[in-house]
Amino acid sequence: MGLPQAKLTATEARLAALDMPKAPGWSSLARAAALARVESMGLPGRRDEYWRFTDPAELLAPAPVPAALFRGEDKPVFDDMDRVKLVFVDGVFDAEASDDPALAGVEISRLAEAQALDIHWAADLYGVLEARAQEPVERPFAALNTAFATDGVLIRATGRAEKPVNLVYLHHSESSDAVLHHVIKVEAGADLTVLENGPAAARFNKVMEVDIADGGAFHHVRVQGRDHERRAATHLFARLGRESTFKSFTMTANGALTRNECIIELTGDDAVAHVAGACVGDGSDFHHDDTVFITHDAERCESRQVFKKVLKNGATGVFQGKILVQPGAQKTDGYQISQSLLLDEDSQFLAKPELEIYADDVACSHGSTSGAIDETALFYLRSRGVPRSEAVDLMVLSFLAEAIEEIEAEAIREEITERLAQWLARHRR
Amino acid sequence: MLEIKNLRASLEEEGKEILKGVNLTIEAGKVHAIMGPNGSGKSTLSYVLSGRDGYEVTEGSVTLNGEDILGMEAEERAAAGLFLAFQYPVEIPGVGNMTFLRTAVNAQRKARGQEEMDAASFLKEVRAKAKELKIDAEMLKRPVNVGFSGGEKKRNEILQMAMLEPKVCILDETDSGLDVDAMKLVADGVNAMRSSDRGFLVITHYQRLLDHIVPDVVHIMVDGRIIKTGGPELALEVEKSGYADLIGEAA
Ligand SMILES: Nc1ncnc2c1ncn2[C@@H]1O[C@H](COP(=O)(O)OP(=O)(O)OP(=O)(O)O)[C@@H](O)[C@H]1O
Ligand SMILES: [Mg+2]
Repeated sequence: MGLPQAKLTATEARLAALDMPKAPGWSSLARAAALARVESMGLPGRRDEYWRFTDPAELLAPAPVPAALFRGEDKPVFDDMDRVKLVFVDGVFDAEASDDPALAGVEISRLAEAQALDIHWAADLYGVLEARAQEPVERPFAALNTAFATDGVLIRATGRAEKPVNLVYLHHSESSDAVLHHVIKVEAGADLTVLENGPAAARFNKVMEVDIADGGAFHHVRVQGRDHERRAATHLFARLGRESTFKSFTMTANGALTRNECIIELTGDDAVAHVAGACVGDGSDFHHDDTVFITHDAERCESRQVFKKVLKNGATGVFQGKILVQPGAQKTDGYQISQSLLLDEDSQFLAKPELEIYADDVACSHGSTSGAIDETALFYLRSRGVPRSEAVDLMVLSFLAEAIEEIEAEAIREEITERLAQWLARHRR
Repeated sequence: MLEIKNLRASLEEEGKEILKGVNLTIEAGKVHAIMGPNGSGKSTLSYVLSGRDGYEVTEGSVTLNGEDILGMEAEERAAAGLFLAFQYPVEIPGVGNMTFLRTAVNAQRKARGQEEMDAASFLKEVRAKAKELKIDAEMLKRPVNVGFSGGEKKRNEILQMAMLEPKVCILDETDSGLDVDAMKLVADGVNAMRSSDRGFLVITHYQRLLDHIVPDVVHIMVDGRIIKTGGPELALEVEKSGYADLIGEAA
């Protein structure tokens, strides 16, 4: 390896703490290739441009920093929904707590079981989108995940799924280190919604690869709430076929360190990809990073990124977002907005929005702002009798609304808004 | 009911004194008007009364029904019955007009120990009052004042006032930017609220509004002080010959 010594040492130390599954079956080739990628790239360091704003040290240390468990009362977010629930406790599947994965129009299996089978559709996809996404920017944690994932869910939608599939991640052990890898294939014209919630582990490395065929639709809503101390590096890879749709929304409240990468390739004409996030952070031990990379490689595609962050008491928010328009991707419509509302002077927002365009007939816009609460509006609300704290909450929610509105299902939109309102009420200070 | 005694106030940041000893008493059931040249301190008075940050009261007192309000937060003054219709109503993107109104009404009720208004009766009341002010239902759904025309914003202020039923209403140039019909609507809205237990302080530059909302008392404010007080005829005098003579007289 031609890696700098420090990087080499850190990478080797991390790899020494991980084991490949005993019987990887068809996944072994992909895993071996991914391991080779990790070894040649090395795990990231603060000097790497892509990690300039987020220190990856705790994400790559051989052992996770222990994280206290959630002690709150409120019930998990999607509990009232009609759904197929699949539960992982500290990264280990819990069959007892999970629903029977029978859902019309959808095949669901688990990586740990399915990789032993002779034939499985996911064999052609496992690690593929991750590997493709290593250019032009390296994503070593994702390759590490492909190599060492202990389990995950393999979902193939062949029709319109009746209910959403809900991946619930529980955290019961203070020093758990979970690595899960999900593969999702949405066949032509199929329609699937996947919900995710829960802290998962003290440290969580998760990859989700989503391949959407022509005319398919994938909806994704994720809630990263609860545990204040958990750390996570997640990658969401998506490849979109012609006239397909991808919509993903993430709410993040709490967590000591979160790096959510979303990498989308628009490969078929007229595809639509929306990715949004609403994040609220309180305290100097809160660090949240949204890193997005969208490649337009077909005509008349639309991509939209809407990221909003509310930061207080020394919290840090990061946004790195790129739209890459390849030659020939004419009539591309790309929109990107990342905004933060800083509730005090100790909090900070670091943003790096980028456009790289190699086609001439495109409409791309991006904007990044960071500001304090509008005192005039605050006075207006207070002059009508709304107490300061409530007025601030009202303005915070309205600030987040543009991101929340990206969720199509009204019931979920309301639930998320309500959760955020509760979080704000708990964090008034 | 609202008693302002020798009120002096400065800008907190620059230390510049704007109000230089204002004396004014608004009795229940009365309408007082304040006129005065640009920059004389009329809006500043309305902000200091309603508790906006950024001003320092250096002297004097303000009581509402005997209770000192200068130590209160803006929201407490509102709950105590003070209302300011802004000269420049504020746009709040993302906050729905209806949500805003209901939050305000219920916050005030809560502060006064009253029960919150249920959604159905609230809606009914807003609709009825909006209709009187010719504010259409579509506007109620939009974010607070966003995309409203100047006149619509002013009517929206009056709608808020009607919903909140304050004891003392301060209207800061509510007539500016209104067409003739809208002015009539707003005046009707205000007149409908005139009652023996409510006082008004109407800030305006024009006699025209006072044709519709006939004041009991008219004050002239110049350079942070009230230099003359009289009846409705004082407004006519200003309309006719401006402030120069009055200022000369006072000097
Ligand atoms: N925040 C501020 N910063 C600086 N100067 C201010 C501020 N607020 C008020 N002033 C000054 O105080 C004076 C009084 O302003 P105010 O808005 O109260 O006048 P007004 O009588 O309402 O005028 P108009 O009739 O034009 O509305 C003006 O000279 C104004 O420039
Ligand atoms: Mg003024």
